[in-house]
Amino acid sequence: MRYAETGFNLEVDLSRGNIERVETDPALTALHLGGLGTSIKLLWDRVPPETDPFSPDNLLIFSSGLLCGTPAPGCNRTIVTTISPQTQLTAYSMMGGFWAPELKYAGYDKVILRGKSPELVYLWINNDKVEIRDASHLRGKGSNETAEILRRELKEPNAQVAAIGLAGENRVYFASIEQGRSSASRGGIGAVMGDKGVKAIVVRGTKDINVARPVDYMALCSEVLQYIKNRESKPIPGVMPILAGLGSPQEMRLIDEEWHTTNFMWGNSRTRRKDFWTKEIEEKWRETQESARTRLISCYNCPMKCAATISIPGISTYMMKCFSKLTYTMAAYSDLDFGFKIAQRATEYGVDGFTAPQVMAFALELKEAGILKDQDMEGIPSDSDGKFYWLLDRIVRREGIGDVLANGTYWAAKQIGNGAEEYAHNNIKKQEQLPLKLGMLNPVYFLMYSTGEKINITQIEGQFPQSPFLTKEETEEFIRDWIHVPDDKFKEYLRKWEFRGEFSNPNYPDIEASCDIVDWQEMMHYIDDAVGMCAGLSSFPLKPPYHIHNYPALISSATGIDMDEAGLKKITKRNRTLLRAVNVSRGMRRADEKPPEDHWKKRFPELEAKLLDAYYKFKGWDDQGIPTKDSLKELDLDYVADDFEKRGITGNGQS
Amino acid sequence: MGKVKRKVKVIKIDVDKCNGCRACEVICSAFHATPKFSSNNPARARIQLIHDALKDVYLPVYAGENAPAECMGRGKYVIDGKEYDECSFCRASCPSRGVFKEPDSGLPLKCDMCESDPPLPEPMCVQWCLNAALTYEEREEEAEEEVKLDEMEIGLESLASKYGLQKVTDAIARMSKKE
Ligand code: SF4
Ligand code: SF4
Repeated sequence: MRYAETGFNLEVDLSRGNIERVETDPALTALHLGGLGTSIKLLWDRVPPETDPFSPDNLLIFSSGLLCGTPAPGCNRTIVTTISPQTQLTAYSMMGGFWAPELKYAGYDKVILRGKSPELVYLWINNDKVEIRDASHLRGKGSNETAEILRRELKEPNAQVAAIGLAGENRVYFASIEQGRSSASRGGIGAVMGDKGVKAIVVRGTKDINVARPVDYMALCSEVLQYIKNRESKPIPGVMPILAGLGSPQEMRLIDEEWHTTNFMWGNSRTRRKDFWTKEIEEKWRETQESARTRLISCYNCPMKCAATISIPGISTYMMKCFSKLTYTMAAYSDLDFGFKIAQRATEYGVDGFTAPQVMAFALELKEAGILKDQDMEGIPSDSDGKFYWLLDRIVRREGIGDVLANGTYWAAKQIGNGAEEYAHNNIKKQEQLPLKLGMLNPVYFLMYSTGEKINITQIEGQFPQSPFLTKEETEEFIRDWIHVPDDKFKEYLRKWEFRGEFSNPNYPDIEASCDIVDWQEMMHYIDDAVGMCAGLSSFPLKPPYHIHNYPALISSATGIDMDEAGLKKITKRNRTLLRAVNVSRGMRRADEKPPEDHWKKRFPELEAKLLDAYYKFKGWDDQGIPTKDSLKELDLDYVADDFEKRGITGNGQS
Repeated sequence: MGKVKRKVKVIKIDVDKCNGCRACEVICSAFHATPKFSSNNPARARIQLIHDALKDVYLPVYAGENAPAECMGRGKYVIDGKEYDECSFCRASCPSRGVFKEPDSGLPLKCDMCESDPPLPEPMCVQWCLNAALTYEEREEEAEEEVKLDEMEIGLESLASKYGLQKVTDAIARMSKKE
């Protein structure tokens, strides 16, 4: 018997309309766990670097994590992996909600889509019965709308639906896959789904998920739950409110947005409004939020409440989480009411809430600068809110200028020319980033922004405080129950770190400490992404319930695989390196690994080069960021080393 | 039959506090697995979250007695402007719907308040509902003595009402011959 996992994948060839249930090799679980780990292995094996994202040969893999569907609280992530049309590199966007556990209960760990369907279809997975079905009646329908229609049509109120909206159908480079409560938004994975002609995947499962050592596993899960309860009753003092507790940032609960609105940038990630937040705004926003929000809700098997149902008279109800509450609001220099309203339309269309608002603000800046002309925007309303609705509608339909903008700021700027590139200023590896511009370079963040394969800081950071504490007492108080550190040296790093002087940014954390800290943060994300854990209970917040010291026992009691910290670290490193190898084989090199130029005002090119050199070396990569032959062999990735050799990928030949 | 003191176990359900997580379903099905906690499957849970997210319907409902036939009439509730589907509040496993039935056999499920030896301080769903949508109370009441059916008998009874007692007896007789 297989434990925690089901041991089966669904292979769907959309070109031929063929569906197969394929048993997986347990040896691969031992090497890569599951989730992102085993998905990246599939991508390496089956999608050669020449493959265009919109080729039938690109795979779109919907994966559960290894522990999804077991009683581990908050373990519910669906990890979608493919080659991104926007970055041309690996995209592995994740969503919470309810889809992945349902897939496990239906008896599958992954759904692997290949080929292209000539007609728009949806996939209906009902335990052993799997069908490709006509979706022509769903063309152009919103993502929530689609889910509602399908549940009704199939008479399955408990079916879980992952669907694309119009943006995905029209291959918008920042189209998302929506699941009601959650969405997988980054990297344009919705466009790949649309390109494959798949409108939705509907799942219903009523089978058991087994665990290997039930009593041990339950004890660990109960401990986690108890920890969450205690941790939530003791927010961490001395850090900003969104970092004090667990979960995704508690945007649906919190009303006080002083920190975001006065520290993050407005418009096309340009303007800081230090005095924005006033008593009147607070009152107005409180009213807006409290009247719009019907209920705070969670993902599967999680006691937190990171999302909310939003009901505004006159528009359909939808669910929202996290920061998209502010991205439209701030990009349009508008207010919260507008943010809630346009987010409803954006959710039905299925677009990424980070990228879409920036693309629209970028277009308006280009218009202001005279680079886009009146005729490009013929018919656009004169008010700012109206402009945003107008642009959104054009983008998802790829009409006129919308067709250009639908490729994101990087590609749009290239196509528009005339200096437009200057305005696509907030990208890493061709992808829009959080609208954040800061003063002094932070060495740890420099490395994470530069080298993180997720290309999205919130899915790279976590565990280590973002800045030092104000006083020695606060630092000691924090360290007192900091059981999560992989090693005591991290406590020393924090103790030494100061706001000013020799031991402050950019020189401290020093190069060695920076490498260690980044490595730890990254490791936790790679474990979460393999087991399917919510980052909000593990890699993202300070002092989470899951950490490197309880994960090995959780994994081994659930799966029956022997596991200790060293073993888990090695698997994590293997997965992380294999993901890099896929990107390297697609051409990613050192020159691509940099934060937006204006991310910090104060930059230190020499120090930055040293940081990157040291980090590459620390990771076993050469000075182009290419994993060396030795380090590949150490991780049982000899086949990657051989492939690199065949293709002449040797970087500086250090390997 | 005489009067006896009986402990009444009450789970108070505050639907406003429910976040829709279905942890109650997870832990219920894990607790009732054999061996205990060896598997879980919300479709087997004796509590079901009847929900419709966009209508803001969140109703944790416990499995009660098995109903051999559908109701002749149905009740449709509207509370605070929210319309609930017919049968939403009903605790019965019944031929009209899929809930509260073993997925493989279709046999009815019933909440047993996590009866176990030694007894739990609180049913598992209550322990796992950190949002306090489910809370537990006990009180004593005088009641008529009654014969309690065990789980197998509940299953047999429902089979008997579905197929007729004679058919079930015959089937059992056949099965025992084979053994
Ligand atoms: S912590 Fe929040 S985002 Fe994470 S699983 Fe729980 S409800 Fe979902
Ligand atoms: S565990 Fe509690 S909050 Fe979660 S679904 Fe059940 S009743 Fe609702």
